[in-house]
Amino acid sequence: MWVVPSIPPALFLVLSAMLFTIGVIGALTRRNAIIVFMCIELMLNAVNLTFIALSRFLQSLDGVLFAFFVIAVAAAEAAVGLAIFVMIYRSRETINVDEINILKW
Amino acid sequence: MAEPIGNMFQWLIFLGAAFVSLIASLLLVTRKNPIHSALFLVLNFLSVAVLYVLLYQQFMFIIQIFVYAGAIVMLIVFIIMLLDLEIEVRSALKIVYSKVIGGFLAVLFLFGILYSVVAKSPTGKVGSYTPDKVSANVKAVGEMLFTQYLFPFEIVSVLLAAAIIGAVILSKKIR
Repeated sequence: MWVVPSIPPALFLVLSAMLFTIGVIGALTRRNAIIVFMCIELMLNAVNLTFIALSRFLQSLDGVLFAFFVIAVAAAEAAVGLAIFVMIYRSRETINVDEINILKW
Repeated sequence: MAEPIGNMFQWLIFLGAAFVSLIASLLLVTRKNPIHSALFLVLNFLSVAVLYVLLYQQFMFIIQIFVYAGAIVMLIVFIIMLLDLEIEVRSALKIVYSKVIGGFLAVLFLFGILYSVVAKSPTGKVGSYTPDKVSANVKAVGEMLFTQYLFPFEIVSVLLAAAIIGAVILSKKIR
């Protein structure tokens, strides 16, 4: 019977790096504000995975608490951000991020 | 932990969940229809929640499913249904450039992260929460949350209240 090693922490970190990168690509290339928003949630989720993997392999709970606070902040961000999208849609009839340039200098 | 069968199943679950989460996130950024993107976001959150169970964090598993896959994505889907979204306009040159440059920067970023992961194993003071102790996970998290992290917890409650009030005021109809 061969010995199966347990999962190394680096694999969790690599997975979370890949998820984060996919989120970055989406946030940089998509034009729909809601999809950009979802990609930001994806990035926050990847960071949470890093926190929890490291807190597991360093045998500490601080990372878990950090991830908890990240989730709370993401919920607040979702509420305010989506309200802003609704408001922009009301005044401009679009949420294409290329056309929302009124704050551009 | 040393038995090979358990480790083999951990590998199977890890590989499956990682594969599903990667595919779901790729589909999220490529689908045209925002509703499909939102549903793939749910799939991604659920498979990451499976990884949390693999890391012995039942509390985060529940929170992930309740708050992320439940509340936040529900809000997003609701907003997508409220807004009448047009098809994403693909004007010719500018979009192509932004895609190439954005993708290039992101891949560069990925290599940076991968290098930093592979170059050094995580260092740091090893704490006292061994997997046996974390088996009563919710209790341990609660104890830490209400003693050591009590002040940030209260700040977060203020932040959530401010966000609720802000969302209501922002989306109120201006008369």
